[in-house]
Amino acid sequence: MSQAAAIEAKNLDLTFETGDGSIQALQDVTLEIGKGEFVSFIGPSGCGKTTFLRVVAGLETPTGGEVRVNGTSPDEARRDRAYGYVFQEAGLYPWRTIAGNVRLPLEIMGYSKSEMADRVNRVLELVELSGFENKHPWQLSGGMQQRASIARALAFDADILLMDEPFGALDEIVRDHLNEQLLGLWDHTGKTIGFVTHSIPEAVYLSTRIVVMSPRPGRITDIIDNPLPRKRPLDIRDTPEFLEVAQRIRKGLRAGQSYGD
Amino acid sequence: MTLFLAALVLWMAAWWLNTRIAGSSLASSYVGRTAVPVVFGLSVLAIWELVVRGLDVPQVILPAPTVIAETFASETGTLWIDFRQTALKGAISGYVIGCLAAFAVALAIDRSTFLRHGLLPIGGFVAALPIVGTAPILVNWFGFDWQSKAAVVVVMVFFPILVNTVQGLADTAAMQRDLMRTYSASYWQTLLKLRLPAAMPFVFNGLKIATTLALIGAIVAEYFGSPTRGMGFRISTSVGTLELAMVWSEIAVAALAGTLFYGAVTLVERWVTFWHPSQR
Repeated sequence: MSQAAAIEAKNLDLTFETGDGSIQALQDVTLEIGKGEFVSFIGPSGCGKTTFLRVVAGLETPTGGEVRVNGTSPDEARRDRAYGYVFQEAGLYPWRTIAGNVRLPLEIMGYSKSEMADRVNRVLELVELSGFENKHPWQLSGGMQQRASIARALAFDADILLMDEPFGALDEIVRDHLNEQLLGLWDHTGKTIGFVTHSIPEAVYLSTRIVVMSPRPGRITDIIDNPLPRKRPLDIRDTPEFLEVAQRIRKGLRAGQSYGD
Repeated sequence: MTLFLAALVLWMAAWWLNTRIAGSSLASSYVGRTAVPVVFGLSVLAIWELVVRGLDVPQVILPAPTVIAETFASETGTLWIDFRQTALKGAISGYVIGCLAAFAVALAIDRSTFLRHGLLPIGGFVAALPIVGTAPILVNWFGFDWQSKAAVVVVMVFFPILVNTVQGLADTAAMQRDLMRTYSASYWQTLLKLRLPAAMPFVFNGLKIATTLALIGAIVAEYFGSPTRGMGFRISTSVGTLELAMVWSEIAVAALAGTLFYGAVTLVERWVTFWHPSQR
């Protein structure tokens, strides 16, 4: 395993014991994500893409194999504030203002008052929410709430951003806009991003690499290097290169899918 | 008979007036919303007065509102002493002690499944005990003065607060708890920053139920022994001497105190849980 890797998984297995038998959520998953990469995970529900992200975050414990984050265990990485996690729901606390929500991780991690104020201002600017500091979450649209939750994950400057279908509940137009913003953010912060989605265009538009997964048991069926340049205007989605990558993903998804059941 | 007929007419008139207010453009304004219950309350009092006088209802059965008001005005000194004894000393102190104790036990129960299975059923058992059974025992233990009344109130308010707080502490989404885990938040940080705020709507449900229970408990407990003051003491002795106007005055005090107490807690609730969909 090389030193430059942000996330390394080796022969990862995870079996959930449930009331009616065991479910193999991950089987023999081996993957290395380099620093500064933007890796998307795509696949039908039950393919283990979310589970993989949760294992990396230390929210699930694998039953086999090994995972290292910045060369340490997920638990240590979490204590080192190595990653920020963005969930499908914004999950902002309604009793806190937008600034208060972004401040939450900083309070827990014990930053000084002035440092907190600085960071809150900076990340809110980054997600274009300046001026909304004192609003409460329910006064904002879904897209703005999700942006606030991204700001919250960015506030403590983790190198790795883990995003679990962050735009899944938003409409197409808002989604396009946020995709563009996220790409810009990744470009000038140089963070490593692990991004779960089930939208093929989203995966192709955003990532440097795309991991195609399939269910029962959850495993990797294809890993695609994205040939698109780093700078990507929205209309890159109409170019032949883009469509070619999308097609390969679609083929990978079909191959991993058995429609018999 | 004319007075009785006047009561009927008044009732119709008030009904008509309220229907008009409710149907007019005033209905949604502050004036309209206040006017309807005020008109209703005043007409109930007026009809009560007219019916009692018109039908010559004996004082012992039902005194007229004006008679009660007269007694109330001339006995404010006694009423104040009783109010202080029962509401301020007995009910409020019992309420505060009971709520704090229930809250602390709820936190303990929340931390340990052993306590959850052990203490929660006992709490339910205590709540099921009739107050007429527990009050005499507590009066024996804590004496005739307000301390025993406070003890009765503690027993009465404990369970609703306990159950609501335990339920409230469980009312967080898995995602919100995961979020705190990704920050490596400690138990206390998660409690203070997530679970307690999230529990507040539940806690205030318990606190509101407990306000009325507290006053009832403090008044009823005085039936089983008290110094020669207190609302419950006054009610039971005045009934004995057929001074029904005094009984009704105490009831008026209890109603006012209960409403104010409930209202005060509701105000605090609105301030604390402003974010909850039911408040905003």
